[in-house]
Amino acid sequence: MSKRTFLFLIVIAILMAIFAVSMVQAASDPASANAGGADSSLPWWAWPLILLIVTFFMGILAVLGGVGGAVLYTPIIGGFFPFGMDFVRGAGLFVALSGSLAAGPGLLKKGLADLRLAMPVALIASTTAVMGAMVGLALSDEIINTAMGVAILAIVVIMFLAKKSEYPDVQTADKLSSILRISGVYHEPSSDKDIDWKIHRTIPGLILFIGIGFMAGMFGLGAGWANVPVLNLVMGAPLKVSVATSKFLLATTDTSAAWMYLNAGAVIPMIVVPSFIGIMLGSLVGVKILARSKPSAVRAVVLTMLVFAGLRALLKGTGIWK
Amino acid sequence: MEGKAEATQILTPGASPEQKRYGAILDVAMKIGLLVLVATFILYLVGMPKPHVPVGDVSANWSQKVDKYLEVTQIEKGWSWTKHLGQSDFLTFAPIAFLASVTVICYLTILPIFFKRKDFIYVTLVIAEVLVLVLAASGVLPSGGH
Repeated sequence: MSKRTFLFLIVIAILMAIFAVSMVQAASDPASANAGGADSSLPWWAWPLILLIVTFFMGILAVLGGVGGAVLYTPIIGGFFPFGMDFVRGAGLFVALSGSLAAGPGLLKKGLADLRLAMPVALIASTTAVMGAMVGLALSDEIINTAMGVAILAIVVIMFLAKKSEYPDVQTADKLSSILRISGVYHEPSSDKDIDWKIHRTIPGLILFIGIGFMAGMFGLGAGWANVPVLNLVMGAPLKVSVATSKFLLATTDTSAAWMYLNAGAVIPMIVVPSFIGIMLGSLVGVKILARSKPSAVRAVVLTMLVFAGLRALLKGTGIWK
Repeated sequence: MEGKAEATQILTPGASPEQKRYGAILDVAMKIGLLVLVATFILYLVGMPKPHVPVGDVSANWSQKVDKYLEVTQIEKGWSWTKHLGQSDFLTFAPIAFLASVTVICYLTILPIFFKRKDFIYVTLVIAEVLVLVLAASGVLPSGGH
């Protein structure tokens, strides 16, 4: 183990210990006798602590499975924790935001995330995310859960079927991407080559981001699951550029919807903060063990979890499994 | 001449000047926000200072819809939390709001680069994005209503 990795793990251990000690301190408060919600027999402080641990492992899985944290977070926490869906979706957006903020600087500095590609996309997605948040906050939990269950199961199908193209064949850049000067070069260390890229089908791609932004705001799912296929398969950006740009632009897309939830009062620090920290720490650990993981096995686990979470949301929404 | 120089710059591997600036500001702001978030949350957990809503009331109502939760805990929507920053639960909102504002800060710092380059399409995109985010943050848009 390198000295840097060791120090990193020490910092993580200290942070986790501070949280645990603070939880124990909070538990000594007389208010800790209160149950953690209407349907829970656990003390209140148990839920943020479980949330911290669950989101930590979720963060690891999300990185290894190549998905954003929120697509796992919102249906799983919404399905199995005693929190109202408004608060879970609000926290889900902050979870997506945390991953994007943490990864953004490195991706931008390396030139993998492309600002010129991200900005037009982000403007459309963030605008429709606001509309999605307005609709989502006005609907009942039953409708939201049912619709989200269907959406999650559809995402599983998309993730299962969608092929990835390392270097899509883009013969000529289209007119709009030429006007916007969306193109670039990045260095690929594995082949030690500079990869020249441009995009096409910009208008269909931007139209798809109308729906992606709306769903991100409505369900608090983030949007990485959809960003990558559209950027890569529809618009023809190389896979690495698509993944990096997707991760980066989540900060903009989800920020607009996150503000809507914050202003609606649907942000509870006791839910958001442990989730935020857990996913961020988990993602950092995930990146460290990424090289030694078996991507196909992890992906199968993530897809199975999503199927289970999607079915749970659907059954909860329809009242079959309350 | 400037257009030619621009094209050469874009086709060189690595980050453009605006990406470097955006990344640098994002890096610093994210770390500050995260540290303050952890610090204020620990203060909240240990009850220093006393929270506006007792944790027992939060947990007893966190399974409700948001409007019901706000009614029971007597919290107002929007920016009302800024009036209660002396209480530990609302103090935690400050870094949360800061982290949600980081994107606007980053966009504003790259605006002069696009202006200087006379890249007016991207100047427009930056201004439009900032307006969308500020509008969402302002609290003037309807959120909820059931």
